[in-house]
Amino acid sequence: MSNHLVGRPAAPFRRARRPSLTEALLAAALTLSAGAALAHDFRAGALTIDQPWSRATPAGAQVAGGFMTIRNAGPAEDRLIGGASEIAGRLEIHEMGVVDGVMRMRPVEQGLAIKPGEAVELKPGSYHIMFFELKRQLKQGERFKGELQFEKAGTIPVEFAVESIGAQGAGQGSGAAHQGHGG
Amino acid sequence: MRKLRIALWGLLAAAAVAAAGLAWQASRGAPNAPVRTAGAGIAAVGGPFRLTTHEGKTLSSADLAGRPFAVFFGFTHCPDVCPTTLFELSEHLKALGPRGDDLRVLFITVDPERDTRELLATYLSSFDPRIIGLTGTREEIDAVTVAYKATYMKVRTSGDDYTMNHTASVYLMDARGRFVGVLDYQEPRETQLQKLRRLVAG
Ligand SMILES: [Cu+2]
Repeated sequence: MSNHLVGRPAAPFRRARRPSLTEALLAAALTLSAGAALAHDFRAGALTIDQPWSRATPAGAQVAGGFMTIRNAGPAEDRLIGGASEIAGRLEIHEMGVVDGVMRMRPVEQGLAIKPGEAVELKPGSYHIMFFELKRQLKQGERFKGELQFEKAGTIPVEFAVESIGAQGAGQGSGAAHQGHGG
Repeated sequence: MRKLRIALWGLLAAAAVAAAGLAWQASRGAPNAPVRTAGAGIAAVGGPFRLTTHEGKTLSSADLAGRPFAVFFGFTHCPDVCPTTLFELSEHLKALGPRGDDLRVLFITVDPERDTRELLATYLSSFDPRIIGLTGTREEIDAVTVAYKATYMKVRTSGDDYTMNHTASVYLMDARGRFVGVLDYQEPRETQLQKLRRLVAG
């Protein structure tokens, strides 16, 4: 137990908070293509949750990640503060990044802010929902239920589509198309 | 006509930028260039270790002599980097075909308290069967991470639970156990595969 540095505050991932130009363009492209893709979004009040997805998990895995884009069309900021899912004992909102070759992850303590008129992408290598205490192995092609809890919009029921074990985005199937990992 | 000319020049400029980018990436990722810094007073990456495989056998660095190997540090309670890296490594092994048999791929847990031999065996059943899972006592794991200059750190989540920060790169070692480079987590799959092809070609 000598290596435990429990609770030591990790370096803030400022890079992850401010979307880069590429990310902004990507978000724009996603927004444009969302209409064409299969309808898989969830709304409550000013919030729209686009294409929640997860990955197939290896046998015996106890955790999984959840990803989606959350858009806020309203005039006030809202916050993703928690949620639940049928496949997990509990879930948390996390932030991760690979900095200098080291993968760092930490809980987003105060909830994830969704500013008015903006979209926040939960994706591999960035913000994500972390499912703990998995109740079963997730298989590609299935869907599972969950609900996301927001400070103002309240609880929004959603459904996660399970992609392949190596997928880097929603609706990618095998994950063979990706070039490099998100990050 | 003028519009067309401008558009064509634009395309040409874009192609030039793309070519420059590729050249830069190629030079940056040149896997043939040894990155080892031994001799300059800095200890080399890698070194002796002795761990237990997911099949319950003992594996030491001496057993690896004569064949190149790749080392990845991670843990099974990992939502993103570990399963994706193991998936990518499985895809690479598949792409290498029979040449992949010459490469040993090691997945060393940095979470031996939870990653028992049995759990590693279950977890790895979802990936290429050539990947070897390794666990050990905390001291054995510490020794191998120090040798490879890999880092890990426990991070508390809610309750008594924890997750781990850890080195995400895959270390590439030649047949003599010398460090030759890494697979970077963020680099394209093709670049990674090229590096592995060179590694198994010797
Ligand atoms: Cu997480």
